[in-house]
Amino acid sequence: MSKSTAPVGGVTDAENNIANKEVEGLSQGQIVRRRFFRHKGAVISMVTLAFIVVLAFSAVGFDFSLFGIQIKTPGWWQWSWTDIPPAQEGGAPTLSLVPEWLGGAGVTLGAHPFGQDEIGRDIFAVVMRGTQQSIVIMVIVGLIATTIGTIMGAVSGYYRGWVDSVLMRFTDIIITIPLIVIGAVLGVAFGRLGAFVLAIIIGLFTWTGLARLVRAEVLSLREREFVDAARVAGASDRRIIFKHILPNAIGVIIVNTTLLMAAAILLETALSFLGYGVQAPDTSLGKIISENQSAFATRPWLFWWPGVFIIAIALCINFIGDGLRDAFDPRQKRMPSARALAKPKTDGPSTVGFASDVHDGKQQRPRGGGYDAARDPKRDS
Amino acid sequence: MAAFVIRRLIASVFVLLAATFLVYNLVALSGDPLEDLRASNAPNKEQLIESRIKMLRLDVIPPLRYFLWLFGDPAAGTPGVLGGNFGVTVQGRDVNALLEQALGSTLQLVTIATVVAIILGLTVGITTALRQYSGYDYTVTFISFLFFSLPVFWVAVLLKQFVAIGFNDFLEDDPQLPAWLIAGLALAGGLLWASIIPGTLRRKAITFAIAAGATTTMLVIMNLIDWFTYPGLSIVGVAIIGIGAAIGFTALITGLKNRRTLYAALTVAGVGIALYFPFQYGISYSITEWWMLVALAVATVLVSMGIGWFMGGVDKGPVMRVAAFTGFFTAGAIALDRFMMVWDDYASSGRIRGRPIATIGSSTPNLEGSLWVQGVDIYTHLLLPTMALILISFATYTRYSRASLLEVMNQDYIRTARAKGLPERTVIVRHAFRNALIPIATIVAFDIGGIVGGAVITETVFGWTGMGRLFQDGLNAVDPNPVMAFFVVVGGLAIVFNLIADLVYASLDPRIRVS
Repeated sequence: MSKSTAPVGGVTDAENNIANKEVEGLSQGQIVRRRFFRHKGAVISMVTLAFIVVLAFSAVGFDFSLFGIQIKTPGWWQWSWTDIPPAQEGGAPTLSLVPEWLGGAGVTLGAHPFGQDEIGRDIFAVVMRGTQQSIVIMVIVGLIATTIGTIMGAVSGYYRGWVDSVLMRFTDIIITIPLIVIGAVLGVAFGRLGAFVLAIIIGLFTWTGLARLVRAEVLSLREREFVDAARVAGASDRRIIFKHILPNAIGVIIVNTTLLMAAAILLETALSFLGYGVQAPDTSLGKIISENQSAFATRPWLFWWPGVFIIAIALCINFIGDGLRDAFDPRQKRMPSARALAKPKTDGPSTVGFASDVHDGKQQRPRGGGYDAARDPKRDS
Repeated sequence: MAAFVIRRLIASVFVLLAATFLVYNLVALSGDPLEDLRASNAPNKEQLIESRIKMLRLDVIPPLRYFLWLFGDPAAGTPGVLGGNFGVTVQGRDVNALLEQALGSTLQLVTIATVVAIILGLTVGITTALRQYSGYDYTVTFISFLFFSLPVFWVAVLLKQFVAIGFNDFLEDDPQLPAWLIAGLALAGGLLWASIIPGTLRRKAITFAIAAGATTTMLVIMNLIDWFTYPGLSIVGVAIIGIGAAIGFTALITGLKNRRTLYAALTVAGVGIALYFPFQYGISYSITEWWMLVALAVATVLVSMGIGWFMGGVDKGPVMRVAAFTGFFTAGAIALDRFMMVWDDYASSGRIRGRPIATIGSSTPNLEGSLWVQGVDIYTHLLLPTMALILISFATYTRYSRASLLEVMNQDYIRTARAKGLPERTVIVRHAFRNALIPIATIVAFDIGGIVGGAVITETVFGWTGMGRLFQDGLNAVDPNPVMAFFVVVGGLAIVFNLIADLVYASLDPRIRVS
């Protein structure tokens, strides 16, 4: 337990005992999982995100082609994002959630739940396709950036010296270029090759923040006794890095990966909005908004639905990241407020005031601390 | 220290050179700069292609052309970027001139947004840290997560629709706030104050009633005097703001028990109120340039500090500070009132035709009028993009200042300060708040380095011809010169402010030593 966050009032030992009792006999993974599931926002977000993923990929089917290999599955929805069904009058959404006994049209999807655009395309199908694209890009960017960032950070933190200098100057070079600039420049060149290629390219340039954080973590971990012990036992550098050091840095890596994924989805939609991302005939959430922004007065649903899905995905990922940070943060303990301190302690020197909170599971914690390098403050997307 | 700065600067120059090399080649290779000419049907097509190749030196491959761009073209005798020449665009226009114009426009857009976002974000972040785990804290946390997740282009369209078009419609004929809106705002105001100000349930209920009552009264009065058509603060509003600022800053910085400070601040507010009529109907007409207004603001602060010095007694520092803040706020209220006085003239003028809030552009073309009218015009054009930018960065500042203050409040020296019996106000303002500002100062420095390049999307949506436009136009034409002008400024600022952030941290926190 970190000394610096010990509660005020000389209660460290008593509180530590209670906190230790709570996690007695549990593995690190179990403790983390338990803390994560205690974060209601994160759990709700995870369920919502899972629902969105299943909905998007099952509704209109999955159709991606990469370097000539095509993966295609059918969807249960009657229209595809390329179909042009006959345009209804006004094209308003037919989705209704108000039951009939309340005077509504009943809980029904109707022919076009999210409405139609001017030429009759079914917006539900289009938005589902856009959501698929955004999710695919988000996952690929997350995977690539995390892999590169972790390896870069681990190698430069572990070997130090000239390796560190070279890798960190290289990181500086990439970090100097604003993400929107590199994204736009590469999007112009590679956007027409499809979402996969775009995602790989974005991933190749978004690992810098993570690399710096992992490096800082590894720099301190490599001085610890267990690393010496492993080295004395004859472990190779690769084994020490991957089996001993990185598992201890997993918290930093996972939390920043989620933030990076949330940033990636906003970057992709922003690029598509500016016209540098996913290109026609395919579609993306940012592109739908860009194409329809002038139609807000006449067909606002063209604008609401893609926006709602972008926000829902990004918000879910941010909340999951917050939950993970709380779960992995070893310092997460209740900080007593001034009011709690002012409360007269009637029952002796013990710390009932603080301990009770831990007991009934209403554990409260500092949320959202620290500087997230994955969230580039320069972005405005 | 000097050695550290020099070493960092040299390293930064090489980093910037490498980054520019990378970006130059990426832009140059991203497409065909002759595409538009190849597709054209002009009879002298070949000749046009020939002249463009010659002008932009397209006969040289990009990696080598970078060095022509950097050092200048010996064949043509033009200086390169190192000689301060950013070259010409595809259309043959001078990039230096374009850059100057774009930079001015972007700075105008982002400066106010950044300042407001920092002040708002800090205030909200600090209040949430002090009311940790309250309903207010949870609400703000949720809202900042929501703002994190908002795509700025989406918010921009909403702002255009509801703030600009909606508000303009509202102003169109006899603007009166409907009763439900007044009730809603009163409820929101009451809840906000009740959740910020601590106390028992009874005290919270009283706070709620007072806040909701004050909001309702104010809005009803605004309706009655037709405020939305003829806005203004009048001397009553200025007096309320001045005296409120005097009492508020005294309470915040020295505590109301310090009568000397209170009287000094009230004197400053009184002087401001006394100058209201002479300024509004006399002095303000002779202010025709912006620097005059700035000079007046500086003079106000200096005079206020002088009053603080004379009335300060033994401990002059805090008194002068409170007096300066009070003077600035009172003078600000008077200037605001002056701007509001020309609102009706502005809104009903021939160029505006009763729809004052603009959705696009940075100024009304050919608008004539005094400095005050021009000021209102800038305000109506800045309103929407500034709101969009604030929404995004507000969340970041709130989270950081909250986390930073919480970290500090947990330190041993805060316990010591409390233990030796200091009032809670002193503990928070003097001991906690100042130390919490150290990490925030570095983030602010870092952010300022990034703001010039950070508004590309906002500029696009609101039709500002700033840095974002320069970048996008260049990229669309596969023209590296304007893109590189954009990038040299943005990347250079980022590197310089990164260094400044390190130095600020080192100078504010004696535990950090640069080496």
